[in-house]
Amino acid sequence: MVARPEIDTVWQWLEQVTDPEIPVISLVDLGIVRDIAYSGTVLNVTLSPTYSGCPATRVIEEDVRKVLLAHGLEELAIKQQISPPWTTEWMSEKGKAKLREYGIAPPSARGKPEECPSCGSDGVSLVSQFGSTPCKAHWRCDSCREPFDYFKCI
Amino acid sequence: MHDPLFEFLLRQGDNTLILSHRVSEWCGHAPILEEDIALANIALDLLGQTQMWLGLAGEVEGAGRSSNDLAMLRDGWDFRNAILVERPNGDFGQTIMRQFLFDAYHVELLSELINSSDTRIAAIAAKSLKEAKYHIERSATTVIALGDGTEVSHDRMQAALDDQWAFVGELFETDAGDRALNEKDIAPLPSSLRARFDAHVTEVLGAANLAMPEGNFAHSGGRSGKQHSEHLGHLLAQMQWLQRAYPGATW
Repeated sequence: MVARPEIDTVWQWLEQVTDPEIPVISLVDLGIVRDIAYSGTVLNVTLSPTYSGCPATRVIEEDVRKVLLAHGLEELAIKQQISPPWTTEWMSEKGKAKLREYGIAPPSARGKPEECPSCGSDGVSLVSQFGSTPCKAHWRCDSCREPFDYFKCI
Repeated sequence: MHDPLFEFLLRQGDNTLILSHRVSEWCGHAPILEEDIALANIALDLLGQTQMWLGLAGEVEGAGRSSNDLAMLRDGWDFRNAILVERPNGDFGQTIMRQFLFDAYHVELLSELINSSDTRIAAIAAKSLKEAKYHIERSATTVIALGDGTEVSHDRMQAALDDQWAFVGELFETDAGDRALNEKDIAPLPSSLRARFDAHVTEVLGAANLAMPEGNFAHSGGRSGKQHSEHLGHLLAQMQWLQRAYPGATW
């Protein structure tokens, strides 16, 4: 019989699982893995959806299940938790840096992008409050004229 | 007499479901790409909220019906949405005006429901409120941009408002079930939300150079299920046909 993996180890495994629509950020850095705990031999994983209708929610659940099964964890209970509601404040600094590198302006408490992810200029304009996925808005840089995604702050 | 809590949850879930379906009809048809994407995203948020409301409705009913069963296998007379949300999209201005009127009501309602004595309702409201606030930011801005825009856009927005105003009153209708839930601090009386709704709407319409319609005549029959408009049946025929033609079909 294989020994039950440590909780810290499970967190490390989930740090390797990326968001299906933004493949540079891990589920842990995105802040949607809320809790990992054993009850008896069952591993409970609690996830929080970003937006209530986000189509990625089920894919994320399946991705988590696949990774844990691959590591030999077969007794799994994955649940979605809506309260407290997910907020961009749960995103890690590492996650924000990765978004920026990828060309997505990370969420900012100012309610607008801090700077253009391409050239760093702070002169940016809103194109549309909605972008390519429920969690993003569409902005444009006034200096280099590049359009870019901004991760909405909620 | 139905269980007031079940009725209440159907009203929430049916409003978001039917509006979501209407808004999704714009997908691929909106005037510009950005608006197409925005409308599809709003429809998606509303659909997500529907899953939570109807999921809880099924749980409360205790008859083993899932959110999908409630959405796809009920007939018109079982729906409890307000007539406002089942009305056809009309032009882009009518769609935006309807969205603004609904968002203004929705934000007021959800702001109260986050304090519901039923923690399941409070949790769904807290999740939905974040989305509703974002929706109204856009719908209010767009109402102002179009109302205060060209002569054509102004006239269309005024016509949209005049056309829809008679369907606003139903959102605030209050019945015995509402009072029963209010006594248990589960939900506010819809009528209690009207003053703040009016204040907010008046402010936005003022900035949009639009005149508030006179009179408060209100059509009703949607939230009670007594008499929906003729449009709901057509909408359901399109929305439900797959589940009706191929019962139990899954991806």
